[in-house]
Amino acid sequence: MTGFLALEDGTVFRGESVAAEGFAFGEAVFTTAMTGYQEVVTDPSYAEQLVCFTAPMIGNYGVADVRTESKRPHARAVLMREARGPAWTDWLHERGIVALSGLDTRSLVLKLREAGSMRAAAISGDASLDEVQRAIDEQPPMAGRALVHDVSTPEAYVYSDNGRARVAVVDYGCKRSILRRLAGAGAAVTVFPHDVSADELSQFDGVMLTNGPGDPEPLVDEVAALCELLGRVPVLGICLGHQLLGLATGHETYKLRFGHRGANHPVLERATGKVLVTSQNHGFAVAPSDEKEATHVSLYDGTVEGFDFPELRARSVQFHPEAGPGPHDAWPIIDEWIEELSSVAA
Amino acid sequence: MIGQACEFDYSGSQALKVLREDGFRTIVVNSNPATIMTDPGFADRTYIEPLDVEGVADVLGRERPDALLPTMGGQTGLNLAAELAADGLLDALGIELIGAPLDVIRRAEDRELFRDAVHSCGLQTPKSKIVTGPDQLGGISLPAVVRPAFTLGGHGGGFAETMDELRRQVEVGLRESPVDQVLVEESIRGWDEFELEVMRDKKDNVVIVCSIENLDPMGVHTGDSVTVAPQMTLSDHAYQELRDAAAAIVRAVGIESGGSNIQFARNRDTGDLRVIEMNPRVSRSSALASKATGYPIAKVAAKLAVGYTLDEIPNDLTKTTPASFEPTLDYVVVKFPRFAFEKFPGADRTLGTQMKSVGETMGIGRTFTEAFLKAKRSREIDDEWNPENMHPWFVAELERVRDMLERLSSLDDLVEVDWLRHKRLGLSDGEIASACGSSEAEARSRRKAWAVKPAFRRVDSCGGEVEAESNYLYSTWGEADEAPPEPGRSVVILGSGPNRIGQGIEFDYCCVHAAQTFRELGYEAVMVNCNPETVSTDYDTSDRLYFEPLGIEEVLAVLEREQPVGVVIQFGGQTPLKLARAIERAGFTILGTPFDAVDLAEDRERFAALADRLGVQCPAWGMAETADEAVGVAERVEYPVLVRPSYVLGGRAMRVCYDEDQVRDAIASVEGKVLVDRFLENAIEIDVDAVCDGHDTYIGAVMQHVEEAGVHSGDSACVLPAQSLTPQQAADVDAFVRRLGPALGVVGLLNVQLAIAGREVYVLEVNPRASRTVPFVSKATGVNLVAAACRLSAGKTIAELGLPRRATPHEVSVKAAVLPFHRFPGADPVLGPEMRSTGEVMATAADLPTAFAKAERAAGRRLPTSGTAFLTVRDADKQNAVPVAAALAGLGFKLTATAGTAHTLAGAGLDVEIVEKGRTVVDQIRKGKVDLVVNTPQGRGARTDGYAIREAALVARVPCITTLSGASAAVHAIAHARTEIAKSLQERIDEARSA
Repeated sequence: MTGFLALEDGTVFRGESVAAEGFAFGEAVFTTAMTGYQEVVTDPSYAEQLVCFTAPMIGNYGVADVRTESKRPHARAVLMREARGPAWTDWLHERGIVALSGLDTRSLVLKLREAGSMRAAAISGDASLDEVQRAIDEQPPMAGRALVHDVSTPEAYVYSDNGRARVAVVDYGCKRSILRRLAGAGAAVTVFPHDVSADELSQFDGVMLTNGPGDPEPLVDEVAALCELLGRVPVLGICLGHQLLGLATGHETYKLRFGHRGANHPVLERATGKVLVTSQNHGFAVAPSDEKEATHVSLYDGTVEGFDFPELRARSVQFHPEAGPGPHDAWPIIDEWIEELSSVAA
Repeated sequence: MIGQACEFDYSGSQALKVLREDGFRTIVVNSNPATIMTDPGFADRTYIEPLDVEGVADVLGRERPDALLPTMGGQTGLNLAAELAADGLLDALGIELIGAPLDVIRRAEDRELFRDAVHSCGLQTPKSKIVTGPDQLGGISLPAVVRPAFTLGGHGGGFAETMDELRRQVEVGLRESPVDQVLVEESIRGWDEFELEVMRDKKDNVVIVCSIENLDPMGVHTGDSVTVAPQMTLSDHAYQELRDAAAAIVRAVGIESGGSNIQFARNRDTGDLRVIEMNPRVSRSSALASKATGYPIAKVAAKLAVGYTLDEIPNDLTKTTPASFEPTLDYVVVKFPRFAFEKFPGADRTLGTQMKSVGETMGIGRTFTEAFLKAKRSREIDDEWNPENMHPWFVAELERVRDMLERLSSLDDLVEVDWLRHKRLGLSDGEIASACGSSEAEARSRRKAWAVKPAFRRVDSCGGEVEAESNYLYSTWGEADEAPPEPGRSVVILGSGPNRIGQGIEFDYCCVHAAQTFRELGYEAVMVNCNPETVSTDYDTSDRLYFEPLGIEEVLAVLEREQPVGVVIQFGGQTPLKLARAIERAGFTILGTPFDAVDLAEDRERFAALADRLGVQCPAWGMAETADEAVGVAERVEYPVLVRPSYVLGGRAMRVCYDEDQVRDAIASVEGKVLVDRFLENAIEIDVDAVCDGHDTYIGAVMQHVEEAGVHSGDSACVLPAQSLTPQQAADVDAFVRRLGPALGVVGLLNVQLAIAGREVYVLEVNPRASRTVPFVSKATGVNLVAAACRLSAGKTIAELGLPRRATPHEVSVKAAVLPFHRFPGADPVLGPEMRSTGEVMATAADLPTAFAKAERAAGRRLPTSGTAFLTVRDADKQNAVPVAAALAGLGFKLTATAGTAHTLAGAGLDVEIVEKGRTVVDQIRKGKVDLVVNTPQGRGARTDGYAIREAALVARVPCITTLSGASAAVHAIAHARTEIAKSLQERIDEARSA
């Protein structure tokens, strides 16, 4: 069956529909990661997005349960130059995800790079372009959207109950890799919903603020809880968690033109002068209050990649030290944090 | 040389470029004249000297550099640096080894030390054990591979699945090994093979430039494997495991400032990893990775070696991101090896751990099959390729191609979407046409009628994430064209495709110079080529690089997009010439010599008429279709004759025949018409390189071959200036060339091969295009013939070029062939009309013997100065062998010979020991009791007798000379070579100018 992608500016890319039938609306974004398609699609940070892979052949090595970053796919649609099945396309199909193959993905990427991420629709089958366009226009833009409620756990649960430090994880759309790394580093991990209170969190040795989808700015309650928490217990933020920490410490956040999504982004760790090759997935960023404030800086566009507030015992990184997918260069950030927590706890 | 070709010219020239930009004074040492890095403008000092300890030490002593960078010159450079450092020479001269210090080289290269380093990271190498007796097989896990030490091509080795088989294999191996030793190794046959290209800087930053996956299974040398980048079959989890392992190994081995290549074997079912090896240097794979990603590994490695860090080096393609941004690919790259087994009859074609391919091609596409099919057809030859145990993913992909082809039946069935689907899969017009029983041209016009056209996309190293003004392009289908050029401003230069015997780096050298010259002339120079090893496919070389197969479909697509001022076909060897007619027919202008000149020179009838008219003498000849006709011609022109297929050039399937039986034998192996030429025995062969503007001709050099006519000019050593022409003969040579150039209509380069038999001068062959000797001539004379030819093609005249007046050089330059015989066990290592060399070296000195001795040394055949010389020559050579033997005796050599030869020598009063033919001779050579072998094969029959001798010499690395002319040049060199101090090309050129 044929299918197409329509962008809010009227551009249309035609291809072949290789998974579920129907429509998918969302923000069109692209990732440059060459491996880890299943991890990407199941990463809750991709909620309400149509994700395009710059890597041309997707699906080559099939699917496996261990590669999911959450219970289900969160990306609304998958846009590919060349999908390979049947395992991958069947998997998408079974989960109701629209997937297009044979698209001119490079032209799409160049377009998004120049014009910025856009609202879009992926259509399996045929549809009136005018109607699709109207429907796109009715969609809310990503800026201003609070999405964590839809992806966070409804109930608290214990992920691992033994460890040298007790860590509370605030699930704004948590990737399993974060939990795995925490447990792997020796932490006892309890996961809480996004609206958990500061008091509850302050019972733990440390609090991990996870990644998640959407715009951080409307998450007023989460930020308020964070303000109340800061200083009482050590905090480590990742991605959206970093942005929320930024807001809680009086910074502003803003939308990037097309975001950073990939597994090859170099980040300078200022304290050591070393470069980390990092996994990234974010459409928003934190504006620094002064130039030297960031502990980590993107060597790609100079944006803030990390903070440290020693007086609050809080720090954060914009990139994904847990990887999944991507390089493991930044694993030590999690390991060292747990090490610190446990030495205090002991 | 196999295993080391122009990829290291690419890396070396890149390194020189960035180091000079950084203000370093650079000195380069290389014995290969056909390299861009040895151009006088590329380094401050250029030494074309033998790459051995003696040669390099000499240069270091003179130049006293601060540092030596050994990681750009392949294994040769690394080994040499290690030797120099181990000798204490570098310390004594206060020279720092940068890029890879001695301890790093040792840890990477020494089997034991490397194993320890790998184990220290918690990783494994294949388990192995050295065995000297069948009683030592305890603790070996099966299946296992048995490799005897020191046998040619691993001869006597094998695979064992059971203990019985193992015992048997070890016994065989021990018998074959001259040192009674075998290595028994855990078998990883059938495992998948991956390579990672890693960079590390002094701050311990590590980036992975590229992953490469082999389609051929573990056990086939990666140089002989079809490979794909990026890897296609590993999940993120599995890939990151390799990435972590690569980083850990680089750190454990201690590479602090440079690049390296690490090879892994991975069990497809269990995921078990074994680390196979690492190269602590720029390698063939890194050249491929550079072309595959657009990340210039050699350039970055050179910068790291002088102290930069990865975040300080900008990415060339994006300009805005640093070298620490790992490349991400939005296309697939496939590399195909190109073999030359047809040149080595009898050679074992089994692929193994010893590399046998002579060149490679690369294809870029948006799908695996597109890249695969491009690389495959870029080879210009259709060898079979059926690897065992290929990963099922690749099997399925290739099945798609087969299915699609099988379903094709008629071009009439194809509408737009079908065309698009077939083209997106990677099928060429030609492949679609032949599946439909139609012509390529017809397929093309149908496709165009459906408006299905290729789109060109940029290689930008970042998947489109960062704006890049990259000029590096490839074609694909069903997409938008990216950054089309303005028409009418470019000159398109067609490259030479994969390296092969007879068409190698020399032509790439010419193409690179052509690009440089047309840029200087104000054109946009556009390069089309598909060889990832070359300098021409460095995107720095041209204004636009199209990495595309040199097929008519792809070339026309580029021309249609470019709408160039003209197309240049005279520098890429045969490859672009084959396309010339179709290019002209499509309405594009060929710059310089028109295609008709090529046709005129190659069409025997037309050329004979022209030669007649010009009063230029050629050997008598005739064309024959049957054996009887051929014998008739042979009798008319008189024996001996040279028999070859009429459609093939460059020595393919050429035979010298001395009688009717041989003619019948030769013709039996040829299809179609044959050419029968009178063969001028014992003639001196002359090679002339010249440029012509259609009226005037400028002769660049007249060279004389050391080996007589009958040995392919590409394999013969060659001396500049020619040493033994009489003034009359020299004048005749000049006059012939000057008449032929304008008469053929040459505008550009011209190569003429002549023979002097008796007092007569004959023209053997005229090539109105770049020849193999152009780089050698340009280096030896200091006159850049390619630049001159380009200017002539652009409309200048010889008079306007202001070339220096031709004067006899006061020094002698010798070009010697590098022969790959030890890679091809089973093939007879003897020189003949079929070219088999895979490289060349050059040496210059004040006199011929010194230059010749140095050239032989540079080619890895150092001439002995004392010891035992063993002679066995065919009957026709016996008398002529006497002076050679006498000279050797005079130099203090002990003479040994087989009975017949000994008889003649003794008859001439020489003291000679008789050695029995067969086993005795072979044993003596093997045991190192012979220092020099002179063996000329009998015209017929003796080939097998002599073969054992020649093979033994090859294995024992004893110089083995197979022509008397070669032997007498060698003896002359042994007797008269002087020690001469190394001199740079720049000094030689200055001296020549002031002389």
